[in-house]
Amino acid sequence: MTLSLRDLAVARGGVPVLSGVSFDVAPGTALILRGPNGAGKTTLLRTIAGLQAPLSGQITGAEDTIAYAGHADGLKAMLNVAENLTFWAEVFGRKDISEAIETYQLEPLRDRLAGTLSAGQKRRLGLARLMVTGRPIWVLDEPTVSLDAEAVGMFARAVTRHLAGGGLALIATHIDLGIAAQTFDITPFRAMPDDRSGASDEAFL
Amino acid sequence: MIALLRRDLMLAFRAGGGFGLGLAFFLIVTILVPFSVGPQSDLLGTIAPGVLWLGALLACLLSLDRLLALDFEDGTLDLLATAPLPLEAALSVKALSHWLTTGLPLVLAAPVLGVMLNLAPSGFVWLVSSLAVGTPALSVIGTFGAALTVGIKRGGLLMSLLVLPLYVPTLIFGAEVARRGAQGLDPVTSLLLLGGITCATIALMPFASAAVLRMTLR
Repeated sequence: MTLSLRDLAVARGGVPVLSGVSFDVAPGTALILRGPNGAGKTTLLRTIAGLQAPLSGQITGAEDTIAYAGHADGLKAMLNVAENLTFWAEVFGRKDISEAIETYQLEPLRDRLAGTLSAGQKRRLGLARLMVTGRPIWVLDEPTVSLDAEAVGMFARAVTRHLAGGGLALIATHIDLGIAAQTFDITPFRAMPDDRSGASDEAFL
Repeated sequence: MIALLRRDLMLAFRAGGGFGLGLAFFLIVTILVPFSVGPQSDLLGTIAPGVLWLGALLACLLSLDRLLALDFEDGTLDLLATAPLPLEAALSVKALSHWLTTGLPLVLAAPVLGVMLNLAPSGFVWLVSSLAVGTPALSVIGTFGAALTVGIKRGGLLMSLLVLPLYVPTLIFGAEVARRGAQGLDPVTSLLLLGGITCATIALMPFASAAVLRMTLR
């Protein structure tokens, strides 16, 4: 299962932000996306995850294979850690949450309500959710926000193990994760201002 | 799907989940009506079916705000949209859990409140059956309204305006069943029409809701 993008153009709020993006991510490898704030990393990842349609171009290998983690973790404050994880496992048709709990050392927090966790602990729970989905492609948007160095290490180990198991990962981040991966800078693909789709002003000139 | 239903019900019953909000509103409206209208029991009996239906409808409307907005804010909707569960199914489950936590309690509370409004004895069966048949449509249409306004801050007002016209047929036929039942006339035709509206909305609305939600998630 290779994730391929061909000449992809994406828009945010109707304004094109990226165009001509092409890359492949093979099984067992990770790709780190880099680019300054506002470059379109989140928009690109949301498009790949299927949350919005591309302006043009093709994405292959993304059908029902993606586990997406955005800025929000999708946790319910009034459910405890185990209930939150079990819910997401069941949505993806699975049951076992013990590996995710162990990897992110959530055992001591297992019965705490998610609303009472610290920001970093919530983030760990949100990342643990990826492991219970069983999906081969992880699409992660700034996964290490509010994590301490130790938790970043847990995350790096989780990604490494995921890759060793034949999975692949696409990660937008600003920091060095300590994962062996290629880097892809999206800055050169910034869409030209006159590159907007459906702009037919020329026809009237 | 069962996981989603169970989670929604669990959240509704835990502290701050909003269970009982609609029910409490329904109680307050129907308790206050005799005070505002006055103690003429024959007048109260005449307006009882309409007041009970109106109260139930507004109680449903009141709780729609939270139906999808909370899941949108914490990112659950984004994640659900990428899950294997089709969005249509997820929204049907959402509507079902809304009905179980809002519509069903209203149906069960209605006979008690009917007594307070001096509803004619022959009307009770028809009031309960009309609410039981009609309130699912309110939940399903409400889910559509919630999906339409989910990305908008303070979208409650807009949603009420959008949803109210869609509620009108259900209100007309629902109140008609209860009124005819209370007056001893034959309410079966209205009940069948009400059932038809409910069946049609349950069959079609989830597709509309999912299409609209995909657009608002962008």
